[in-house]
Amino acid sequence: MLVSIVLIPLALGLIILGLTALAVPWKGVRKGLLMTGAVSHAALTAALGFSRKDTFSPGDWIGLDAQGLLFLAVTSTLFLAVAVYTTGYLGRDSERKVKDAVEGFLFENKPETLFSACLLFFLAAMSLVCISRDMGLLWVAIETTTLASAPLISFHRHHRILEATWKYLLICSVGIAVALLGNYFLAFADPGGAHLNLDNLISGAAGLDKTWLKAAFLLLLVGYGTKMGMAPMHTWLPDAHSEAPSMVSALLSGALLNCAFLGILRGHSILGAAGLGWFSGELLVFFGMLSMAVAAAFMIRQADYKRLLTYSSIEHMGILALGVGIGGLAGTGAMLHAVNHSMAKGMLFLVSGQLLFIYGSKDIADVRHLLKTAPVTGALWLTGFLAITGAPPFGLFVSELTILKGMLEAGRWGIAAGYLIVLGVIFIAMARIMISMVFGLSFQEGSSGDASFNYRESLWFSWPVMTLTAVILALGLYIPGPLWTFLGRAAALAGGM
Amino acid sequence: MMMWTDVFILGLVLTNFRLLVTSRLAAVIQTTVFQAVALIAIMLTMTPRPWSLSFMTLSLITFVVKGVLLPWLLSRAMREVKVVREIEPLVGYSASVLTGVILLGLSFLIFIPLKSSASMGSDFLLPGALFTTLTGLMVIVSRKKALTQVVGYLVMENGVYAFGAALAVEEPMLVQMGVLLDVFVAVFIMGITVHQISREFDHIDTDRLSELKD
Repeated sequence: MLVSIVLIPLALGLIILGLTALAVPWKGVRKGLLMTGAVSHAALTAALGFSRKDTFSPGDWIGLDAQGLLFLAVTSTLFLAVAVYTTGYLGRDSERKVKDAVEGFLFENKPETLFSACLLFFLAAMSLVCISRDMGLLWVAIETTTLASAPLISFHRHHRILEATWKYLLICSVGIAVALLGNYFLAFADPGGAHLNLDNLISGAAGLDKTWLKAAFLLLLVGYGTKMGMAPMHTWLPDAHSEAPSMVSALLSGALLNCAFLGILRGHSILGAAGLGWFSGELLVFFGMLSMAVAAAFMIRQADYKRLLTYSSIEHMGILALGVGIGGLAGTGAMLHAVNHSMAKGMLFLVSGQLLFIYGSKDIADVRHLLKTAPVTGALWLTGFLAITGAPPFGLFVSELTILKGMLEAGRWGIAAGYLIVLGVIFIAMARIMISMVFGLSFQEGSSGDASFNYRESLWFSWPVMTLTAVILALGLYIPGPLWTFLGRAAALAGGM
Repeated sequence: MMMWTDVFILGLVLTNFRLLVTSRLAAVIQTTVFQAVALIAIMLTMTPRPWSLSFMTLSLITFVVKGVLLPWLLSRAMREVKVVREIEPLVGYSASVLTGVILLGLSFLIFIPLKSSASMGSDFLLPGALFTTLTGLMVIVSRKKALTQVVGYLVMENGVYAFGAALAVEEPMLVQMGVLLDVFVAVFIMGITVHQISREFDHIDTDRLSELKD
């Protein structure tokens, strides 16, 4: 039952490739299969969520605990939104030679079949990450996400994309190889015999060798941290996430970063069970703080709105690490924040794709009077900005506040102050940029012929984005009690205390 | 048996130095074949006989992937992009060797505090594996050609794999196969990307891929 969540998208992806090999001409079939994959994945996730038992027999390879279910649900929701968006996008973008948005040359896209199939493979790999109960299997799954997503990033074939893909492939693969080393260190830590089963490791944590465990966590943090975009290993992320097609950016930032984070969380729970939670926690706090600060520094004078969003992803990954590192209430807040961030960032990237289509430029300076040119897109862009910077009444406000409360409860005043300052700086930096885009407070007004746009907004784009917005808004207004309990349980798994 | 393990570990260390001094890409790629042989030999000499069927299958597949398929893929990519040697690496060859010696020393030092707790067959295995990993990293950082960097990744992965061999891992067969498959596909996709880069740019110098920045 559980394994079908991986097998179904995998099979559908293979069918898409197979149909092309047989030269079946209907494009509708491909889109239908993509949607089938997304819908059935969502339905299956819901079914699994309700029928889940929280007990695992040691030695299980796969299983669904609270953390896994949380990230699986986020991935599934986001993928559904992206799939709807993609069916609209593929028809529009891939028929002809496309003009590059930034430099104006023509280029061809990769075959759409490969793109659709890789989307489904990507979904399968991410699902496997969420259900792995074996550190080795988890590693295989995370490396597979890199490989399945590389062709997605390089869907448009031109030189900037190739540069981004190359950096993504090489830096992430090297990072993940370091994480594999961390896995083997975990196995060394066990004097009884080498195994990497998560439940065995946690139940036998007291007998593990402390020195090896610390070294193992450090390697896992550096390895999976690279993939998660933690500073200072983040250098590839702004390139890959900003050059990829927008719905791929949405998946990369909203779903994949979480999956990499799950790898670190698993390591954190093993160390927590071994009584070393303080060690891994402090490391997470340090790297979390560093990521936030680095992201803020790059956001202040950012000239490219997609890159702005990628640095915001780095910032929010920092917040997640910070919350989990501090633990307690902040951990629960971090779990909620993971959900909120994924929805908000996914939504913003989908809107940014629309901006790119309307204005044909990623430069912030080129986008003016958005609210006048495209009212719906403009309103959504503004909403997304308010949501992502943690303004009320959106979900990120609640989760960032919960994390702050957790910091104060834990008596970490210095960290709390730093956290607030960085959030403030980022709010101001983003506000300056976003408001100039939406309302057009530009000095060179009138110099360009902005008014010539004759643009009709399409529903394929609006529906998924609005749905995601509704989710963030709902999470900001009211969080039901069972959801809090569930988030608390997910956080307790990571804290190990 | 253990003496032979040490001999093969020494061989692995020597292949790393060969990697650090060669500029010809063909020789660099050839070195990965030697490494695969050394890896398999280490695995075989460390495991007490009789060997189980699954262990022998794994060794065979490891050799086919790391010693035959991947070098073949890499040399095909090399012929396609028509790049013969690494000209002017970021770190010169003599400096590379010097760094290699320092890395080797470091690899031994690191395991002094950790050694007591690990019950390894050979004292040299962990430092040798770590040195291989670091050499791979060194190659990635100090060489410019994309293809050389792919070899660097492969070497790094070999080092990590040697750690796994040291464990005489009780990991399920399927996971080990997954690791091998991932490495294979990673090198495969990197090879394709290198090919695309060479077609688009007419070179594969990664230091000149620097358009994306803030």
